[in-house]
Amino acid sequence: MISYIARRLLQSLLILVGISVVTFALLYLLPADPARQIAGRSATAETVANIREQLGLNLPFYQQYLRYAAGLVQGDFGRSYLQKTEVSELIASRLPASLLLMAGAITCELLLGITMGLVAALRRGKPADHILMLVSFVGVSAPQFVVGIMILYVFAVTLGWFPIGGYGTFAHLVLPSLTLGILGAGWYARMMRSSMIDVLRQDFIRTAHSKGISGRAVIWRHALPNAILPVIAMIGIDIGLFMSGIVVVESVFGWPGIGQLAWQAIQRVDIPIIMGVTLVSALAIVIGNFIADMVTPFIDPRIKLR
Amino acid sequence: MASEPVSAGLAAPALPGFWRRFFRRKLATAGLAVLVLIVLAAVLAPWISPYNPDEQFFDGLTLEGAPLPPNAQYWFGTDLVGRDLFSRILYGARTSLVIGILANGVSVLIGALVGITGGYFKGWASAALMRFTDLMMAFPALLLAIVLAAMFRPSLLIVALVIAMVNWVQIARVLYTETRSLAERDFIEAERALGAGTVRILTRHILPHLVPTILVYSTLGIATTVLLEATLSYLGIGVQPPTASWGNIIFENQTYFTSAPWLVFIPGAAIILLALAFNLVGDALRDLLDPTQQGHHG
Repeated sequence: MISYIARRLLQSLLILVGISVVTFALLYLLPADPARQIAGRSATAETVANIREQLGLNLPFYQQYLRYAAGLVQGDFGRSYLQKTEVSELIASRLPASLLLMAGAITCELLLGITMGLVAALRRGKPADHILMLVSFVGVSAPQFVVGIMILYVFAVTLGWFPIGGYGTFAHLVLPSLTLGILGAGWYARMMRSSMIDVLRQDFIRTAHSKGISGRAVIWRHALPNAILPVIAMIGIDIGLFMSGIVVVESVFGWPGIGQLAWQAIQRVDIPIIMGVTLVSALAIVIGNFIADMVTPFIDPRIKLR
Repeated sequence: MASEPVSAGLAAPALPGFWRRFFRRKLATAGLAVLVLIVLAAVLAPWISPYNPDEQFFDGLTLEGAPLPPNAQYWFGTDLVGRDLFSRILYGARTSLVIGILANGVSVLIGALVGITGGYFKGWASAALMRFTDLMMAFPALLLAIVLAAMFRPSLLIVALVIAMVNWVQIARVLYTETRSLAERDFIEAERALGAGTVRILTRHILPHLVPTILVYSTLGIATTVLLEATLSYLGIGVQPPTASWGNIIFENQTYFTSAPWLVFIPGAAIILLALAFNLVGDALRDLLDPTQQGHHG
């Protein structure tokens, strides 16, 4: 067990190092000239050259990367080219908003997805099942910016139930969470449905029925807990979906998280911020996968540790 | 795919009763019908679109200069500069399909090369290839696509390539697992013992068995590429106006979506419909063809 955890930890670490190299290489190839950007349009060639020297932009690629990595180890993500602030500070100030949104989105997708999947499984083959599965297909086929704008139009503009955008109160949190949650809800509904159908087919359920336990009690006390666990274990894997989603959803709703930070940085080619957010997202994804790897064997002992 | 159908796998859609079983699924049949309609609309766009998609009409705007809601003359209404939305949607179908098919074709090609190489050959090179795939799995895909798209001056081809760059990973993973288990099967061992060369084994025996999987993931993959293209175009870093794309129609008109919601809802519905159709057909293909049934996260 311990060697399993150690191996997974080492793998995760290697993946993170790999991602930092690949991202750095990609951004290194960018045609933009950061020194010129920092110096401003009216700067002399000498100033630009000085800045280039200071930032080490004239060093070969591997030296630049090693410089960056040495900083990373100490939690230093470098400085934003345009905002003249530490990237780690910018990310730290934006991260709580994104984490809040993530909590909201996970709540939405679990509530919606598990309910839909449960009802579909219990009404298997009936119209309710077909309708719910179609709805879950629509959920996974709808781009998040479309869902976001549609939800915004219906619940904020037309009905006026929620604010149109911004951040601060619980009411602000609802629509962006729902937008992010719908995609996941589609997946969870389908997983929950097949998981529930699997459980209902098993012997211990038949035994419970034959012992005379009422149908409802069998479902709530015996089937549901068994069906729900493997579905919840998927949350870790979901983080990737979520990290991709926030870039778009945060800009639709004006949510001040790291997704919006990244999008603004991309538009202004502020490389240290892009680099920082990519690494933080990758870290979140790796942690999510790691947790999923750790949790799954406990939920399903039949899965062998490799 | 020059080899003859040596196994049942290659002729998958010709499996006995395939279409009968396919058409028994109402949702998949509806999805296929929608697909056929959209493909027809895209191919026939120059002949069936009522107007030139780029022409700005004097009577396409109100006296105050606002776009017209759907009416008898302009079926889907007009956009902010008085162009016919219905014609732009028809031409947008071309963009979506061309990018969807091109991007997906390239990602399937890369995914198949990486997955089959990694799964069949042993040694450090294929191990390194698969570690790189693992690494790509941990990349936030959309963020990567956005960074890549923003780096270049986007054209249709660049957008398709950017999408392919982030989209090949899943199919590589799936094909890797399948190739690996195939490569260890007895009949492959037997072929090897009989002196068959690597190329022959790969093209005659491994590839035909992978065709159903490739077919399934290509269909599901087009749904993903369609969504990615729409998202990039919506952010303004995908297909550039005046070329109509469903995503950039929303990008161009979104600031007025409270007063002219059809300019967002109609292209939005078109994107959902196309991705939904590919997902429904792909899901049915998976049930009917794919023995492994893995990979639920698109």
